[in-house]
Amino acid sequence: MSENMTQVILNRTVSLLKSFGWPRLIIAIFLLVLFIAAPLVGVNFGSSLSNTLMRFGMNSVLVLAMVPMIHSGCGLNFGLPLGIIAGLLGATLSIESGFHGMTSFVMALLIATPFAVILGYGYGLLLNRVKGGEMMIATYVGFSSVSFMCMMWLLLPYKSPTMVWGFEGKGLRTTISVEGFYKGVLSDFLNIKIGHLSIPTGMILFFAVLAFIIWVFLHTKTGTAMTAVGSNPVFARAGGINVDNIRILSVVMSTWLGAIGIIVYEQAFGFIQLYMSPFNMALPAVSAILIGGASVNKASIPNVIIGTFLFQGIVTMTPSVMNSIIHTDMSEVIRIIVSNGMILYALTRKTEATR
Amino acid sequence: MSGKKIKQNKVFQLIRNNPVPIMFVIICVICIPLSGYSAGYLISEIITRIVRNSFLIISLLIPIMAGMGLNFGMTLGAMAGEIGLILVSDWQVVGIPGVVLAMIISIPISVLLGWFCGKILNLAKGREMVTSYIISYFISGVYQLIVLYAMGPIIPIKHSSLVLPRGYGIRNTVNLLSMRQCLDNILAIRIGTISIPIVPFLIIAVLCFIMVWFRKTKLGQDMRAVGQDMEVARAAGIKVEKTRILSIIISTVLAGFGMVIYLQNMGTLNTYNSHTQIGMFCIAALLVGGASVDKASIGNVFLGVILFHLMFIVAPKAGMNLIGQAQLGEYFRVFVSYAVITLALVLYESKKRRAGTLTGRKLADAQEDDK
Repeated sequence: MSENMTQVILNRTVSLLKSFGWPRLIIAIFLLVLFIAAPLVGVNFGSSLSNTLMRFGMNSVLVLAMVPMIHSGCGLNFGLPLGIIAGLLGATLSIESGFHGMTSFVMALLIATPFAVILGYGYGLLLNRVKGGEMMIATYVGFSSVSFMCMMWLLLPYKSPTMVWGFEGKGLRTTISVEGFYKGVLSDFLNIKIGHLSIPTGMILFFAVLAFIIWVFLHTKTGTAMTAVGSNPVFARAGGINVDNIRILSVVMSTWLGAIGIIVYEQAFGFIQLYMSPFNMALPAVSAILIGGASVNKASIPNVIIGTFLFQGIVTMTPSVMNSIIHTDMSEVIRIIVSNGMILYALTRKTEATR
Repeated sequence: MSGKKIKQNKVFQLIRNNPVPIMFVIICVICIPLSGYSAGYLISEIITRIVRNSFLIISLLIPIMAGMGLNFGMTLGAMAGEIGLILVSDWQVVGIPGVVLAMIISIPISVLLGWFCGKILNLAKGREMVTSYIISYFISGVYQLIVLYAMGPIIPIKHSSLVLPRGYGIRNTVNLLSMRQCLDNILAIRIGTISIPIVPFLIIAVLCFIMVWFRKTKLGQDMRAVGQDMEVARAAGIKVEKTRILSIIISTVLAGFGMVIYLQNMGTLNTYNSHTQIGMFCIAALLVGGASVDKASIGNVFLGVILFHLMFIVAPKAGMNLIGQAQLGEYFRVFVSYAVITLALVLYESKKRRAGTLTGRKLADAQEDDK
């Protein structure tokens, strides 16, 4: 009897590990080793954990932006830069209009929303025309919109002296400080400090609220329809769902979350980064959700939370620990290999290749 | 009357079939007078660009033939070529022997990387392009690991001029002065201010002939069959997976050679940046020449190089003269290269879908008729 029980438990653990996937396991163990090694090599555990939490708060909304599009079967959202651009427009216009403090943050979100909806709608229409090849086109939509906006940042008639080049009086700077506007409105809100450990409760709460809204949405009628479209579009159409409209809705949601995500990122980071910086923001977000256990056509909120924590944990822990052990900073190279390796792993899964 | 109409139709067809090249011709026609460059300068610049880039772009043709789309993984070959050049400049082999030796060193690395890339692409059928794009990033990380950390302690590098001050890893720029334009300068013919390098042109011409010949060989035919329909090809007894891997290996090896030719013309190697943009620019140039994801010819390569690089040369100066900001022109040319790739991909995907629904409808009609 008891032997039977252990057998069952063993089988369960094995199947659980299998569903977890070996790359994730390796990454989780790697992070665990880093956390254990940290105090031994003289890196403060508390401050490294709070760094990880801080980065988690900064990036989690951007990772959340992957969820709606994966759900509706549009694949990984390599077009995240489009959403980021909507967010940047909101952020800069809010400062331009002269708002300060918390108001400027709320206004940035409000102003970004219509841009995100319009851009996302157009993006959704485009993706509906190219079903099956979304990911490659999403990548290049992101790239071309970023390089188009590079020209616009130079040409748009911004006036605010905190944002334009001081010498010429026109054209936005590459980095704009949000000091005095909305720096830290979320990350300093309800910040709990215990010794070296500080927990950015406000920022994590903000993410939790958004994640909860998305979770609730995915369980409404429209949300279920979205999942149906993602898992089998033909079946969904037969069930009377307007596949194209649902897909557009998911793209708009992803774009909007991307816009919100970058504003949350900026308020913690302290700077708005324009021009080419949104360029490489899609890949870390994509690999984070994949590390969390998502696949090309399946993603959930726990995937976002686990993935962001693991990914940002590695990004924060490797430089400090590695530096103390071997006195070289290999973290950048490790980050590139881990994140792209994860995306490659997800793209080559057999079960997901047949769609 | 009807003759005129047919002619009009033909013009319309031409525009509809080649929207990208025509758009580029228009951009160039507008920008050239604005930039104020002389014709002689432009022609000599274009000749340099043809010498530099066409070999790299031709390496893209074979995967397209095998139905694997635009090979973003050509960057792998470029990295192999760079490793070859780094080693050769450490061994102080100069001139033509250096270039040839770099090419020879790049072959095994390219074959290995191409095999790896082909294996992975076989696991990701139907999404080759995005996968090869991610592979290029992934291998770029591995390349950095090797060049930045392994070169010095593991792979011996003798000359301190190559190594970073900390004692290992390669410097950001490697000087290739000893090899600079050594291919270009043999038998160069000068007409006025324009010098025409005969040897690189001969190499490229030979490669073009090989390409034409290759299409007619057994392997070339197999690749075209695989590109048309994998299942049919498999039924006909072609080893689909092996053929696909071979096409990627050939492409990677050619890209390695192309990169060596490119860098000997440039004269300096940006160790960590040279390869990152090369794939994007080569693909954009090929598409500008009128190629699509499933069809490309040698004509597309040369038209593409000329139009794309003409735009590249004149855009910053035109932006400078028009608005007073050279930066704007630079952003413009980056935007155009990305926009061209986006447009070509969208056109290809929507064409594929339309063809799919068309055959579907034909099948349905045929079934109706059967009843």
